[in-house]
Amino acid sequence: MAAHTAAMSMSKILHPFLGGRLGNTPRWLLTLLPPPAKYGGRHTVTLIPGDGIGPELLNHVKEVFRFCCVPVDFEVVHVNSAVETEDDINNAITAIRRNGVALKGNIETKHTMAPSVKSRNNLLRTSLDLYANVMHCQSLPGVQTRHKNIDIMIIRENTEGEYSNLEHENVSGVVESLKIITRTNSLRIAEYAFQLAREKGRKRVTAVHKANIMKLGDGLFLQCCREVASDYPDLTFDSMIVDNTTMQLVSKPQQFDVMVMPNLYGNVVSNVCAGLVGGPGLVPGANYGRDYAVFETATRNTGKSIAGKNIANPTAMLLASCMMLDHLKLYDYASMIRNAILSTMNETRLHTADLGGQGTTSEVVQSIMRVIQSKGSLTSEL
Amino acid sequence: MMAGSAWRSMLSQVVARSRRTSLSSASFSRGIQTVTLIPGDGIGPEISTAVMQIFEAAKAPISWEERNVTAIKGPGGRWMIPPDAKESMDRSKIGLKGPLKTPIAAGHPSMNLLLRKTFDLYANVRPCISIEGYKTPYTDVNLVTIRENTEGEYSGIEHVIVEGVVQSIKLITEDASRRIAEYAFEYARNNQRASVTAVHKANIMRMSDGLFLRKCREVAEGYKDIKFTEMYLDTVCLNMVQDPTQFDVLVMPNLYGDILSDLCAGLIGGLGVTPSGNIGANGVAIFESVHGTAPDIAGLDLANPTALLLSAVMMLRHMGHHDYGNKIQTACFDTIRDKKVLTGDLGGNSKCSEFTAEICRRIQDLD
Repeated sequence: MAAHTAAMSMSKILHPFLGGRLGNTPRWLLTLLPPPAKYGGRHTVTLIPGDGIGPELLNHVKEVFRFCCVPVDFEVVHVNSAVETEDDINNAITAIRRNGVALKGNIETKHTMAPSVKSRNNLLRTSLDLYANVMHCQSLPGVQTRHKNIDIMIIRENTEGEYSNLEHENVSGVVESLKIITRTNSLRIAEYAFQLAREKGRKRVTAVHKANIMKLGDGLFLQCCREVASDYPDLTFDSMIVDNTTMQLVSKPQQFDVMVMPNLYGNVVSNVCAGLVGGPGLVPGANYGRDYAVFETATRNTGKSIAGKNIANPTAMLLASCMMLDHLKLYDYASMIRNAILSTMNETRLHTADLGGQGTTSEVVQSIMRVIQSKGSLTSEL
Repeated sequence: MMAGSAWRSMLSQVVARSRRTSLSSASFSRGIQTVTLIPGDGIGPEISTAVMQIFEAAKAPISWEERNVTAIKGPGGRWMIPPDAKESMDRSKIGLKGPLKTPIAAGHPSMNLLLRKTFDLYANVRPCISIEGYKTPYTDVNLVTIRENTEGEYSGIEHVIVEGVVQSIKLITEDASRRIAEYAFEYARNNQRASVTAVHKANIMRMSDGLFLRKCREVAEGYKDIKFTEMYLDTVCLNMVQDPTQFDVLVMPNLYGDILSDLCAGLIGGLGVTPSGNIGANGVAIFESVHGTAPDIAGLDLANPTALLLSAVMMLRHMGHHDYGNKIQTACFDTIRDKKVLTGDLGGNSKCSEFTAEICRRIQDLD
């Protein structure tokens, strides 16, 4: 706790010299700071089970972590989607502020409730200012898909745009919904995208927009991307209109490298890409803010129709937990679990129903744990 | 007791009225119907000629009236389409349009937008059916996207609140939502489609998409023979690229419709083979090809007329000429499946005129 506050004040002291156009702590400095909530060598992570398949998949994550003796303790916070008050989600937000890292399932948004009851997931993202949603879509050799050799990183602005939750009905029968684009947030997400592209050794960044129609809004976003691109001459920057993007994605997805875009287009493009590499059960997603990180599945489905039937694919949630371990700098544990997952997927080819296989969730998890044990590392009883 | 001459004049009036009504229905089914043809720019004129030749070979009961829609400044300084074009469309009610160039700095809005506003074209319909001879990773696609075309995110209302903060307004109204939902269900019923799915994001945009969804549900009550489902936009995208066969008719607001209709066009092979129709109030309908003007191949007899031809087939079906429509479509698909005479974009090296001639030959063989 004390180390955390000391680190935060250190960043504030250094911040005037390194502010630049952002005025935020640069990422390289963040990597020097120790991850928060580490005490006695163990990390505490907030766990939000959510609805649908969330609880069962997160139980499997806990099972695998216990098996591998991962030094992570989970603080479970339940959020009830059926009540109208925001106490539950506020508790979850406080817990995440305390721990700095969270792993969550998707919280359902019920349509039967009044429009003033906002999406809980959205509230979480905006309150914690998790401005970047990062998703890495890669073709896996063990999964049959129509397109091969896909390797796309999608960086989506996560807090504003169409998801601003500003709606009103001035005249009966006429509803206005506001889409907000700001220069600060657009610059921030563009900076994040180019930094990440450079770190991962990628070559090209594509901005996805609809600036021919929304000239001011998406025009501002595009302009900010271009400004940031001029600082990264080693990376190629181009732009594409969102409808052409989806058309290109279903015919030639191999042409894309890194893509950056506002909120709603990010929703569409990330779901299209997830579908192209094999479905919602495979891809993990991460939401990064300046101070917090929340990990979940990339397509954020509750999976109500398959809940409780032991047929959900645990891969996405397990890979998300590996991303979380990387964030906590527990790299060895992360690679151990990740390699076991990929080996089950690609070599053993034990697939759940969504990939056309016959395996149940528990069978896949057991297989993963067996692979980990066979590698000879220290584990608990199987 | 009426006088003899009054009785005769009344009788002749009644007979004339009945003959007039039967004549108008005859012109619909047996007589020639006029269609306003807008060739467009670039490859527009050559593909329009191709379509006219094919229709002549099929002996379809259509007479074409060519019109130009370059924007002119009307009284009061407002941009409008030429009055003769407007008059022709109002009379014929049906139009076929090739690709139009949108000049960048001409000062007037895009021509497509102008046409949409002039005729209140509120529904954009795109049937996406896999073409047997044209291989794409997706086979057996058979769905229709119906997109609300007047409001939503494309209202064009944007403001700069303070320096660096821009607000775009998305407008959803009860009337427009009800109108598009009614059109979608009517289309489903008239074309023997089994289900209609409303695509929305009402978990995030609670009020606006919530209103759209409510109107769709209300209209669905009146069409119990058609199955109604609702699905989130992201779930539709996810499932569409994995298994497009699960979708039938999709109805949605403007932006989602733009993205999804282009996504579905990509599934079947792109804009060069996708038909499209715009339905307006007052019975007006304009069918169009949605690809660009391709200025690099204009005038070289290399263009592919398939998109415009399939839109023309859609037009025939809209007018009730299902038999002519099916004949032309079969000839076109057979030509593509045979792979002997194909234009460059379909993977062959024949000219546009050769492709057209082959389709005409097949039509005559089918007779």
